[in-house]
Amino acid sequence: MATVRIPTPLRKLTQGKEEVAAAGATVGELLIDLEKNYPGIKDRICDAEGALRRFVNVFVRDEDIRFLQNLDTPVKDSDEVSIVPAIAGG
Amino acid sequence: MSVVGLRCRECGRAYPAEALHVCEDCFGPLEVAYDYVAIGRALSRAVIEARPMNIWRYLELLPLSAPPTLGFDVGGTPLVRARRLGEALGHRELWVKNDAVCHPTLSFKDRVVSMALNKARELGFDTVACASTGNLANSTAAHAAAAGLACYVLIPDDLEAGKVMGTSIYGPRLVAVRGTYDDVNRLCSEISGRHPWAFVNVNLRPYYAEGSKTYGYEILEQLGWRTPAHVVVPMASGSLLTKIGKAIAELTKLGLVTSDGTTKLHGAQPEGCSPIADAVAAGRGIIKPVKAPRTIAKSLAIGNPADGPYAVEAIRASGGSAAVVSDAEIIAGIRLLAETEGLFTETAGGVTVAVTKTLIARGLIKPDEPTVICVTGQGLKTQEPLVAVMPPPPVIAPRIEDFESLLAASG
Repeated sequence: MATVRIPTPLRKLTQGKEEVAAAGATVGELLIDLEKNYPGIKDRICDAEGALRRFVNVFVRDEDIRFLQNLDTPVKDSDEVSIVPAIAGG
Repeated sequence: MSVVGLRCRECGRAYPAEALHVCEDCFGPLEVAYDYVAIGRALSRAVIEARPMNIWRYLELLPLSAPPTLGFDVGGTPLVRARRLGEALGHRELWVKNDAVCHPTLSFKDRVVSMALNKARELGFDTVACASTGNLANSTAAHAAAAGLACYVLIPDDLEAGKVMGTSIYGPRLVAVRGTYDDVNRLCSEISGRHPWAFVNVNLRPYYAEGSKTYGYEILEQLGWRTPAHVVVPMASGSLLTKIGKAIAELTKLGLVTSDGTTKLHGAQPEGCSPIADAVAAGRGIIKPVKAPRTIAKSLAIGNPADGPYAVEAIRASGGSAAVVSDAEIIAGIRLLAETEGLFTETAGGVTVAVTKTLIARGLIKPDEPTVICVTGQGLKTQEPLVAVMPPPPVIAPRIEDFESLLAASG
């Protein structure tokens, strides 16, 4: 299972956990698996059409998935996936 | 004071005025909400004009819940009537708002940092931090030193020497990160989820960003409580441009300025990192991030700009535009401002001057329309790209004959 780093705004849904494990071959599948264990979390990250919300960034192995294959980006069991609010900096 | 709380700019959910910056429901940015009726009762032109010339003369419009305890002399920078630059560019009413001389660290970041650090103290933090391309690092480190706060500063590892020394001298814990500014920013977001620090541009960002409004208020007051026809703003995260727009809207709503509501906001970016300008040009609301910015304007090298979508909206709503310029045009812009107005700006200011030239040439800014160019940083901090183009002076012996022969040779 891949390790997913949970940002502060979502930790109420993960019982305060900063990192959780999730299964799936792509980022999209990972989110579906997260939703099973932490109901409500997928809707926070994706909009009604299922696309990533515009103020969320997801990184696989430190690479923004918008530079990879978005939600179809492949994930390996050893990977670290970070969910990071886009609103920061400047 | 007039703060009601925080509110999500996307979905409208209300939050208390604490160290929060992101909506739990939709990840939208939180913004400070004010009681404008109370502000309207408290503020008038006369009240503001009677106060010292610094950012705190607009206190009611700023997000503190108590009077400031640090950063007393920030702001109040000159609005320079740029006649000779105007002649060079074929324009008759140009102004330069010169934050290259902002106290104490020579950039507009002193405005946002003094706001954030006052808020950090109010909220009980003893440690402050930031992710920075340089100017913010300088200002956070300086203000933290003066306030006796512990300070962590994270920067990309390729910054100009002046920006690095201008931070380390104040004694913060300074860390250079291998990667782009966007990499540093992501790291800081993750650190802020683990350490209880006041990151000025992460968890304190709603308060921090409000400090940029004072740059806009000062422009309007210095123009005699009038709005200009155009403002040309450098864009990194896009925050300054949106906050200048907000400043104009607020003073208009409060009846403090004479406005016909037609100030056009123009955004300036370097061609090696122009995600916001590209979105404006393409008519998109979505920002396509730039993975590897390549520009001498390092302070504008943000590939993934937090306020990009809002900057695009603000530009469009105002009827403004955006333009990009090359490294060579940036250097020409720095030199033109120096040679015509005697003002030395950093590379970001070169971008703004060069974009102004472009917009005048394209007819988007007409020669008789009052136009303000935003110069937000100091040239002494970013000398590296100039070294190659500015020849060293000739060296002579201390003899009058040598001087005369030099004069004769150079004509």
